[in-house]
Amino acid sequence: MAKFILNGKSVAANVDGDTPLLWVIRDELDMTGTKFGCGIGTCGACTVHVGGRATRSCVTPISAVEGASITTIEGLSETGAHPLQISWQKHQVPQCGYCQSGQIMQAAALLKDIPLPTDAEIDAVMSGNLCRCMTYVRIREAIHEAADLMKEASHVKIA
Amino acid sequence: MSRLPNKNKDSGMTRRGFLIAMTAVGVSFGFPRTSWSAMDPATEGGALLPDNGSLYEPSLWYSIDAKGKIKVNIIRAEMGQHVGTSIARILADELEANWDDVEIVHVDSHKKWGLMVTGGSWSVSQSWSVYRQAGAAGRTALLEAAAKKWAVPVGKCHASNGKIICGNKEISYGDLIAAGVTRQFTEAELKALPLKPNDDLKLVGKQVTSLDISNKTTGKTIFGIDAKIDGMVYAAPILPPTRYGSIVTAVDDSAAKTVKGYQQTLVLEDPSQTVPGWLVVIADSYYAAHKAAALVKVSWQAGAAANVSEVDIINHGRELLKDSSKGAILDTGDVNTEPVFSQASSTIEYEYLTSTVLHAQMEPLNALVFQNEDGIWEIHSGCQWQSLTAAVLAAALGVTEDNILIRAYMLGGGFGRRLNGDYTVPAALVSKALGGKPVKLVFTRAQDLQFDSPRSASVQQLKMAFNADKAVIAMEHHATAGWPTEVMIPVFMPKGVNGQPFDPFSIAGADHWYSVGAQKVRAVSNDLANASFRPGWLRSVGPGWTNWALESFMDEAAHHAGKDPLAFRLELLTAQGLNAGSGPIASGGSARQAAVLQKAAEMIGWGTTLPEGSGMGIASTFGQERDMPTWVAVAAQVRVDKSTGLVHVEKLQVVVDAGIIVDPNGAQAQCQGAALWGLSMALYEGTELVNGKFKDSNFDSYTPLRIGQTPEVNIEFIVSPYAPSGLGEPAVTPVAPAIANAIYQAIGVRLRKLPMTANDVKAALIKA
Repeated sequence: MAKFILNGKSVAANVDGDTPLLWVIRDELDMTGTKFGCGIGTCGACTVHVGGRATRSCVTPISAVEGASITTIEGLSETGAHPLQISWQKHQVPQCGYCQSGQIMQAAALLKDIPLPTDAEIDAVMSGNLCRCMTYVRIREAIHEAADLMKEASHVKIA
Repeated sequence: MSRLPNKNKDSGMTRRGFLIAMTAVGVSFGFPRTSWSAMDPATEGGALLPDNGSLYEPSLWYSIDAKGKIKVNIIRAEMGQHVGTSIARILADELEANWDDVEIVHVDSHKKWGLMVTGGSWSVSQSWSVYRQAGAAGRTALLEAAAKKWAVPVGKCHASNGKIICGNKEISYGDLIAAGVTRQFTEAELKALPLKPNDDLKLVGKQVTSLDISNKTTGKTIFGIDAKIDGMVYAAPILPPTRYGSIVTAVDDSAAKTVKGYQQTLVLEDPSQTVPGWLVVIADSYYAAHKAAALVKVSWQAGAAANVSEVDIINHGRELLKDSSKGAILDTGDVNTEPVFSQASSTIEYEYLTSTVLHAQMEPLNALVFQNEDGIWEIHSGCQWQSLTAAVLAAALGVTEDNILIRAYMLGGGFGRRLNGDYTVPAALVSKALGGKPVKLVFTRAQDLQFDSPRSASVQQLKMAFNADKAVIAMEHHATAGWPTEVMIPVFMPKGVNGQPFDPFSIAGADHWYSVGAQKVRAVSNDLANASFRPGWLRSVGPGWTNWALESFMDEAAHHAGKDPLAFRLELLTAQGLNAGSGPIASGGSARQAAVLQKAAEMIGWGTTLPEGSGMGIASTFGQERDMPTWVAVAAQVRVDKSTGLVHVEKLQVVVDAGIIVDPNGAQAQCQGAALWGLSMALYEGTELVNGKFKDSNFDSYTPLRIGQTPEVNIEFIVSPYAPSGLGEPAVTPVAPAIANAIYQAIGVRLRKLPMTANDVKAALIKA
C-alpha cells in the first residue's frame, strides 16, 4: 500500500511499488489533469511537484515518493487562480491544452527558483516541456506576465 | 477528490453515464436522445448545463431555452483551434444574441449531423453560411413572435443583444420562448433569409475569450484518454513487425502470468483488416497491462514491408516518375508543355525530396469501447472524422453503422492523425471478444508512433522553360508519394484531364496561381509506400510538401533568370485567366498572393544587407486548395554557422489574407502554431522507414521544435472583405522554402531535401 500526500490530503493506493506515480494519480486516484505523453520523461506532460520540485511523474516509481507531498495541477491553486493560470487565460495560451498542465507546473517551479526570469532562462527551464501545438510564443509572454503579477503581489504584502 | 466519482454504482456508470441520464429528459428535435450525449468544454467534467424550461430549436444547430440560454451544436472536433467558440459566435452574431448566454456543445456522432469531419482547415469556412442562416432563422422567428404579441408589423421591431425591441417596448428571447415559439423553416426558407450586412457584424472579428480555455489551465478538460467507465478493463496492444500482412505464428504468455492483475492475451481477428497480426493484453490496470505485454513472447510471419526502407520508397518514386504514362494530369489550362520545352532557349530542372513526418500529437492514441444497454457500441475517444471511423468500426464489429456511436471528447492534438480512426478498432475488437465489456486501450508513445499514418516521403521533379529574354514560358511539376486518400477513402479522389484519379491532398499546391504559360502538374501514387505503411493526412497535407519544392524552385528560377526572387514572383502573379479567382472566397485571385508577398517583404526589410552568414528568404502560397485559398507569405531571417552547419532561424514574418477573420485571437494562435510547425518540419522533424518500421519511437530521437528553438514570430492579417477561408494549416506551407531560400542567400548553398539538417548544410558546403 503506497501512502503519500496529494494536494494536501493523505492518500493511499494498493499498487506495486514500481508503478509510476503518473498512473497512480490518474487511474487509482482519479485525478486526470496530469497527462501521459511519452513515458520516458522527455515531454513534460506529466510534470507534478514532489516536495515542491518539478518532477516527471511518468518515470517516478510510487515507491520513491512514499510519504512525500505531491502537488498536481488540481492542487496548484484551490480556485484555479494561480498567477500563471490567470496569465495563461488572459493570453489564451492553450490550444489543444493537453501539455498545458505540465507547462504550468513546470513554470510554477521556475518562478519559485527565478522570480523574474529572462527569455533565456525561460527557454532553458521550459525546454523539457514539449508543446505540439507550439504555443511557445504565448508561454513566454504568459510566464513574464505571471512573474510581474507575483512581484506586484509580494510588494503589496511587504508594504 | 475525484472528478469522476463512482456515485452511480447502480447504473455502472461514471461521468458519461451521468451525462447520458441527464440529457435523456431533454426535449427532442425529433430524435431519441436516450443514447445521445455531448460535451461542453467550459463546464466541470464537460457536462452540459441543464436547460431552463421549454426549448425552442430554430434549426438543427442550436436551441434557446426559457432563460435565453443558447446551446450551439458543434459537429467539429476541438483540438486546439477553439472551433466551437468561432462557430458559435458566427451564429450568435446573426441571431443578435448576448454572448454571455452562449454555450457550446460538441456533439456525439449521429447521421443527422451529416458528414462529420474536422480537417482541411474547412471548419469556419464551411460553417460560415450554414450557421449564419441558422442564426437568422432564430432572429426571424423571435421577431415574428414579438410582433405578433404586440400586434405591430415585424418591420417595426429589431433584435439586439438577446432582446426584441419595438419603440419603447422590449422583451427578452427567454421570455418569448417561455410563452411558446415553434416556428420551423424549410431548407428553401433558410436560404432565402436576409443576413446582416458584413459591416454590421458585432461578434465576428472581435476579441472574446474562447470557451474551452479556462478548463485547459486547471486540468479539468476531459480528453479521450481520461474517459472512464465502471468495470472497465485495461488493454495493452502488441504490434506486429509490419503495418500489413503479418501473421501470428506462436504466443507464449507464461511470463506475463507473473504480473499482478494480468488477465489474458488475445490474438485479434479483424474483418476490417485494420489491425492484422495484433495481440492485446488485458489486465486490471494500465501499468499491469503494459508490463505484462512486454513479457508476452510472440512470433510472426512478417509482411512484405519487412524488407522495405525509406530509400526503396524514394527510388521507387523516381522509377514511377520516369514513366510519363503514370499518374493523373491536373487541369491547369494548357497542359501541352512538350512543344514549348522543345523550343525553349533555356530550361532548368531540379528534384526535391521530403522525409517521412510523424504526427506525434501529445495525447497518445487511445479508445474506450463498450456495448451499451441498447446494444449500441459506444466509442469514447477523440476523433476528427466520425463518419469515416464509424464505417471502419462497423466492418470490424460486423454491425451496421447505426450501431456505432462515437462520443465527443477533447483531442490532445489532432493534426490529421485522428482523421484516420484506425486506433479505435483494437479496443472495439477486444470489447466484442469480451461480450461488450468496457475496454480501455491506451497506446504507449512508441506504439503510437509505430502505428502512425505519417506524411509520406515524397519525390518531386520540377522543370521550367525560358525564352531568350529569360521570361518563363512553361512549367512542369511531377510529384509522387504515398496517397492517404487512395488508401482510406478512394471515393474522395477526383480525376485528372487524362481520366486518372488522384489524391488531391497529395498534389494540391503544385497547381499554383503563378501565370507560367503551358503548365503540367502530374500526381503519381507511390504504390510501394501505400503497401508498406499507411500514409496519412498531416497538418497542411500536400501543400506542406509541394510548396516546399515549388517555392524553393521559384527562387532557383529567379536566380536563373537573373532576377530578384520577390520581383520574379510578382511578375508572374498577374491575376489573369484561371488565376483571376472567382466566387465569394477566391475572388481577387493571385493579386491577393502578390499583396501578402509584398507585405512580408516589407516587414523583413527585403533587400537589406545582413552580416556574413545571415540571409533572408521569402515564399508564398495559397494555403490548401484553389477553391478555398488562404494567401500566405513568409519572410524568414536565418543565421548559419558554417562550422557546425547549424541553422538559427531568427525571425519569421508571416502575412495572411484569409478573408474575414472570425476570431482574431484564435487566428493569431493558429498561424503562430502553423508557422512553427513549418519550421519544425523544415529543420527538426523527419524519420525514415527501416524494414517496415519507423526509425524513431519517442521524443528522445524524434524531436519537434522546443521553446528554446522558437524565433520571433510576427503575424499580420490583411483586412479583407471576402468570405472566410481556413487558418489551421496554411501558415505551415511557405515556411520551409522561405528558410531554404534564406539559407541560400546566407551561404550560397541550395538544400533540396527536408528536413534540412546540420549535416546536410555541412555536406552541401563541402560540395560547393
